[in-house]
Amino acid sequence: MTLDVAAVKADFPLLGREVHGTPIVYLDSGATSQKPQAVLDAMNRYYETINANVHRGAYHIAELATTASEDARRSIGRFIGATDEHEVVFTKNATEAINLVAHAWGRANLTEGDVVLLSLLEHHANIVPWHQLAKERGIEVRWIPLTDDGCLDLDDLDRLLQDVKLVAVTAVSNVTGAIPPVRRLADAAHAVGALCLVDGSQYVPHLATDVADLGCDFLAFTGHKMCGPTGIGMLWGRRELLDAMPPFLGGGEMILDVRQDGFTPNEVPWRFEAGTPPIAEMIGIGAAVDYLEGLDMEAIRKHEVSLTNYALRTLDDRFGDDLLIHGPTDTAHRGGILSMCLREIHAHDLSQVLDQHGVCVRAGHHCAKPLMRELGVTSTSRASLYLYNDESDVDALGYALEEAARFFDF
Amino acid sequence: MPGLEDLYREVILDHYRNPRNRGELEVPPALLAEGFNPLCGDEVKVYVQLDGDTVTDVRISGQGCSISQSSASMMTTAVIGRTVVEARDTLRSFKQMMSIHEHGLDRHESPQDGSPEVPSGLGDLEALRGVVKFPVRIKCATLGWNTFDQALAEAHP
Repeated sequence: MTLDVAAVKADFPLLGREVHGTPIVYLDSGATSQKPQAVLDAMNRYYETINANVHRGAYHIAELATTASEDARRSIGRFIGATDEHEVVFTKNATEAINLVAHAWGRANLTEGDVVLLSLLEHHANIVPWHQLAKERGIEVRWIPLTDDGCLDLDDLDRLLQDVKLVAVTAVSNVTGAIPPVRRLADAAHAVGALCLVDGSQYVPHLATDVADLGCDFLAFTGHKMCGPTGIGMLWGRRELLDAMPPFLGGGEMILDVRQDGFTPNEVPWRFEAGTPPIAEMIGIGAAVDYLEGLDMEAIRKHEVSLTNYALRTLDDRFGDDLLIHGPTDTAHRGGILSMCLREIHAHDLSQVLDQHGVCVRAGHHCAKPLMRELGVTSTSRASLYLYNDESDVDALGYALEEAARFFDF
Repeated sequence: MPGLEDLYREVILDHYRNPRNRGELEVPPALLAEGFNPLCGDEVKVYVQLDGDTVTDVRISGQGCSISQSSASMMTTAVIGRTVVEARDTLRSFKQMMSIHEHGLDRHESPQDGSPEVPSGLGDLEALRGVVKFPVRIKCATLGWNTFDQALAEAHP
């Protein structure tokens, strides 16, 4: 299948608006994606026709709401190749999914001297929970270094894996778009008796995902970067690991029984879903994966690779050495993320000028400060591409960058 | 709609291209404070030399966007040679100018009209008035000032 981008664009109502009197050019899907009408409709339909709490009432609409939200769990499971939908835990976002593993699995399994191995590509969400655990438990946080071209340097992997109990890595860098060899890392982790957690926040929305192929034990990802609503994230975990993990947050829904002297936790996955869940958001993310599957994830990836190549080529034609784009140049090993520095213009100033031309990019450290230090920058302007972007968006970016260079006139 | 010229006034770009009082001072005797803008990762160090109650020198190091760098640069020229009390008055006026958005932007579409809330007497610094129309940039403009305030607090709590 090939992607009909014009038709896709028309599915996203926000992309029809203007900003500052010019059509919006949305290039910040790495921060959050836009939402197709089908997702908005599914969420509205829930509120308008079956709004009721789930797993509670025995009345008709409560049953419909329960079925709709649990159907979403099944859709997510199918979308990532999970064999058992009960391996999908709903959280608030990917950050909470990683925190869940750090708290529930980490506290039960890690003791002083154990090592959690991270890569220097990680987002703060996959760093700080481990720092917190290090402070609390005396575990060590160790880092996989980078090569000069921003890939993981695995030459010393055997040594790095000593005493490692968990390898926690991103599948696509949110700064450089680099795609590390997750399968190799997962296999290497297993070979030394460690587990592997993958931060799929920038991967699952863009590449066909199969947890068996990734070879990991946990996969964290978030709904709002894959055409779904905010407020919903997912943790996939191997069933036997989840079954053995103590609860995370306590409250309703996560229990089988509560007595004066204690409680009995619920089964997986509800054990990890304390309180009323984000029902509309579950239904929304279910609709989002249905939408993405309908377009075919292989076709989406193919489109993004082709568009990323177009962007790398045309931006280089326009700016040459004046524009530094971080990360691997081979699009087989990178996602559609372009972290840019235009001459000496600060990312904040650059994005401000781009905004005047309707071009939305992210400026800053992208919540990946260890990586930014490694790259020797405090901030970059990041354009990130998705299924609804086309060559005209990239051309608009190029034009706006030229205007910025002219405005600052360095 | 506010345009780029509201934000990037010529005097701002001048201070950005030719920042005044860049550098470091020996600590001690100078005071030093470090400020961060968590939004964009900018880091600024402000060195302050006091002689009794007088700010005799201020130096800025670190990096940041045109707004944070020019604002810090203008700050140095505004406070060097002043007493601590005077410097703090300027700081207060500047931060008041940066916070007028809290009273509603709509009433200040033309801030040049001398609205009563808007302090005057800030000289070149008034070029930064336009920043309030770009709320995410206010933190950039106040970064150096807040850091200066921290440094002063060491000696004059």
